[in-house]
Amino acid sequence: MSHGFHGYRRPDGRIGTRNHVLIVPTVICSSVVAERVAAATQPVGTALPHLAGCGQLGPDMRMTHDTLAAYCGHPNVGAVVVIALGCEQVVAQILAEAARRHGKPVEILAIQAEGGTVRTTEKGIRIAQGLAAQIAGQQREWCDISELILSLKCGGSDYTSGLASNPSLGRVTDRLVSMGGTAVLGEIAEIMGAEHLLASRATVPATATKLIQIITRVETEARALGLDIRGTQPSPGNIRGGLTTIEEKSLGATHKGGERAPLEDVVGYAAPITRKGLTVMDTPGLDVESVTGMVGGGAQVVVFTTGLGTPTGNPIAPVIKITGNAKTARQMADNIDLDVSGIMDDSETLDAAADRLFDEVLAVASGRETAAERLGHREFAIHRRNPTI
Amino acid sequence: MKPVLVISDRDNVATALQPLEAGRRLDVNGVVVSALEPIPSGHKIALRVIRAGEAVIKYGSPIGIATADISAGSHVHTHNVASTRGRGDLEAPEAEPQPRLAEPSA
Repeated sequence: MSHGFHGYRRPDGRIGTRNHVLIVPTVICSSVVAERVAAATQPVGTALPHLAGCGQLGPDMRMTHDTLAAYCGHPNVGAVVVIALGCEQVVAQILAEAARRHGKPVEILAIQAEGGTVRTTEKGIRIAQGLAAQIAGQQREWCDISELILSLKCGGSDYTSGLASNPSLGRVTDRLVSMGGTAVLGEIAEIMGAEHLLASRATVPATATKLIQIITRVETEARALGLDIRGTQPSPGNIRGGLTTIEEKSLGATHKGGERAPLEDVVGYAAPITRKGLTVMDTPGLDVESVTGMVGGGAQVVVFTTGLGTPTGNPIAPVIKITGNAKTARQMADNIDLDVSGIMDDSETLDAAADRLFDEVLAVASGRETAAERLGHREFAIHRRNPTI
Repeated sequence: MKPVLVISDRDNVATALQPLEAGRRLDVNGVVVSALEPIPSGHKIALRVIRAGEAVIKYGSPIGIATADISAGSHVHTHNVASTRGRGDLEAPEAEPQPRLAEPSA
């Protein structure tokens, strides 16, 4: 039997696992209006409130534009409403063009042109509801598993992450990639100390070199600040959980990328993931910025392993939470989708846990709601490197 | 459930899967080690003597350098292991010492 899921086939050929009307503020100043429009069109409507869009130069401005445009073109999005202010740097037309290029209906509203918050919100809600009705008839169809791009994430790690949840996810990664699918691993700081294992799996030497260069850059940036990276890596909670150094955390974290899947590519933040197999994306370790980037790159489903527990979701992609910590599974039951703590007390094998996770990924890709979706967790944050000017 | 787990046979530490009291005798793949102090669940215990400056090995790879001699059976954590990565503080003598945000709970 071939493996696959029921997804939305888009005009550009890509496959969505969700069918949202995306309300995109161009700038922090239009974020509240975008959130109100989305709130009135829940659960189909979803917003991307963010803190950027103006006062940014060069690479940061480009990163904001590219990330917002990537979400406008994302296969989990059926239609787009861009909410502009009118005087900001981010160009609403560029975001709208990204949606159009991928065959999605799109409308633009500007708060200054519409005449204020109330008028823009009212008009935005009418437009968003119209678009929601327009895309409601789109049907899911059977899609091969090779169409899936899975984002691999861990957060709130403890010693169970490296022993149970990350190796379970690693087995899913190996299986997905062997079936022609794609997985993306971010968080460069959490590869530090384990880069030799990933570099040795690069299909061409240039990819290994690129990985090492990015890790060296992150390490150099920490050095340039004259700071000890231990101030944030591992985090205080990681240390209480028994993790001593970033190398130890990384070796556990890198298990998410499997043991066999070839490393095919290394890409920039929120840049398109175009090669099947395993890709590493240049994202920071901060959970929300990292997930935001990997979904921007095209991931339609996120698997997020946790030891201590964490609620993070995403505005357009389902985020599956899996833990190997029995106490967390119990205490944070509303946030956890899959409990693999049986691995820790030998009541379940890694392979059996991986089978359950694999089935869960395909069920969620086909529409099963995750805990984060149920709870309305839709965190979004665009990475930035430089000061606001 | 096993009291400790050794991931790779190259490792010189094991991970406690339950709290270990001082004096607890462990047979780790034929090597007998007694816990010299309480080891919290999820924390590491030295399987053999690790000299100051020697690499601490877990998952078959170095996770840092011992900053003091570590006896077999000792708790191995931030008080006797240091990372070798991203240490801008070591290269900037003028920098103020950074406050640690948290110390491991006992």
